This record gives sequence, structure tokens and C-alpha cells, in this order.
Amino acid sequence: MLRVTRTVYDAMRAHGEETYPHECCGALLGRAAEDGWQIEAVVKAGNTRTDSAHNRYQIAPAELVKIEREARSRGLSIGGFYHSHPDHPAQWSTTDFAEAHWLGCSYVITAVEQGKAAITNSFLLAGVTEEDKRFESEDIEVIETTEPANESLAAPIESKKA
Amino acid sequence: MTIYIPTPLRPYAAGNDALEVQAGTVSGALDELTRTFPDLRKHLFTEEGKLRAFVNVYLNDEDVRYLPERDATAVSTTDTLSIVPSIAGGY
Repeated sequence: MLRVTRTVYDAMRAHGEETYPHECCGALLGRAAEDGWQIEAVVKAGNTRTDSAHNRYQIAPAELVKIEREARSRGLSIGGFYHSHPDHPAQWSTTDFAEAHWLGCSYVITAVEQGKAAITNSFLLAGVTEEDKRFESEDIEVIETTEPANESLAAPIESKKA
Repeated sequence: MTIYIPTPLRPYAAGNDALEVQAGTVSGALDELTRTFPDLRKHLFTEEGKLRAFVNVYLNDEDVRYLPERDATAVSTTDTLSIVPSIAGGY
């Protein structure tokens, strides 16, 4: 079970609409509960895959370092990531799976159809090693809240190339 | 120096999100870390002892792979080392 505040849920989906027809991406900050992550904040990230942004995303490691720093300063942890699939189903792909390395974290995918956010699904990256990892579909519970938006934008960073 | 442990690796570091180690270089710091928590080694390194391709290590705000002396770079007590698995995907 992935629990997210209404603000977080809406922010993820809105980000997918903003970047359409390109993929959006970002990190989810929260706390681990017994049955999954409770996400309290979302951090938008830049998509460094400008060569194929309509069907690929990548967050620059340097940006991840900053996001981790922000999480620590809030007393939170990175509990997952989100991205969009423009005009494509909200299901994980072989690329998503191959590139998923944050075991125990949630990967949220929103299908964006003709610029409008449609279905949003979450998949827990289960397993204990790279060799036995697997995606498990998990329910999303949206927690209604009246708190102001808890959202930030980490400055996109251009990734260095080897 | 302080080493920051990412969420997926904390179960193999006794739940710690940060650890203090005494080391002279980046590789020395990682060695010290994996001596203390041996279960971390297979998550960070290949069987050949090389850092796994998807594991990024940052000394403060610099990717260690791009430092002139890479993991032989000297470190001080005030430096931080961040271990950050990569995040990417698409369809």
C-alpha cells in the first residue's frame, strides 16, 4: 500500500501534464510504515534524457544527492519515484524494470493521454538483491488534507557523460 | 567523514541513514563501511570488486568517477560521501 497526500498525488499527475508529450519524473519523500510508504512530499526533477524524452527519463545523480539532502533536512526518506508514460499505459516496462535499483521503494507511473493525466499506478520494487528483484503492484491510498502544498523543485542539473 | 546511506541499503547498515568512518581516501571509506557492514558489499560492488554500474558515489557534490584521482581521492573529516543508486526508465 502506498499512501500519499492529495497534494502529492495531484502534483505528480499535474507534472505529467506539464511535461507532455515528454516524460516527467521526480522523487517521493516520506516515512516507512509497516505496510508501505507514507509519502508527504514530492520533489520534481529534471529529465536528463533530452535525446528521447517522450519515452525515457533519467534523474541526474547530482540532483538525487540534492534530493536526499532535502529529505534528510525534513526528517524524511526517499520512499519512491514517479514518472509519466505519455500516450502509453501506466504499466512498468522492461526498461523501467531494468533501470529500477531502489529496492523497497515505490515506483509510480501515470499514463498521460493527449495531455491529460489518466490512470496512476504504483509498483513496489520487491526483493533483496538485483538478482531477485521484482515489481509488485500496490494500491494507492490518497489521504485528503487541507495542508498547503508541500512541493519543491530541485534545480535540474545537466548530467556529465562518461 | 560522513557516509550517507540510501533507503534501499539501510537494512544492510543496521538501519542507519548516515555513518561516520575514519578514512584517508574515498576507497578507504567504502572499505571501512563494508568491513563494518559486510552485507553491503554485494550491493555496492561486483564480484570483481568494481563499483556496480548503477551505483553512484558522490564526494560532497562531485561524482567520484569524474575526479582526477577517482576513488583514490583524499578525504577529510568534514567531507561527505553519498551513495546514490541511479534512477531511470521509460517505455
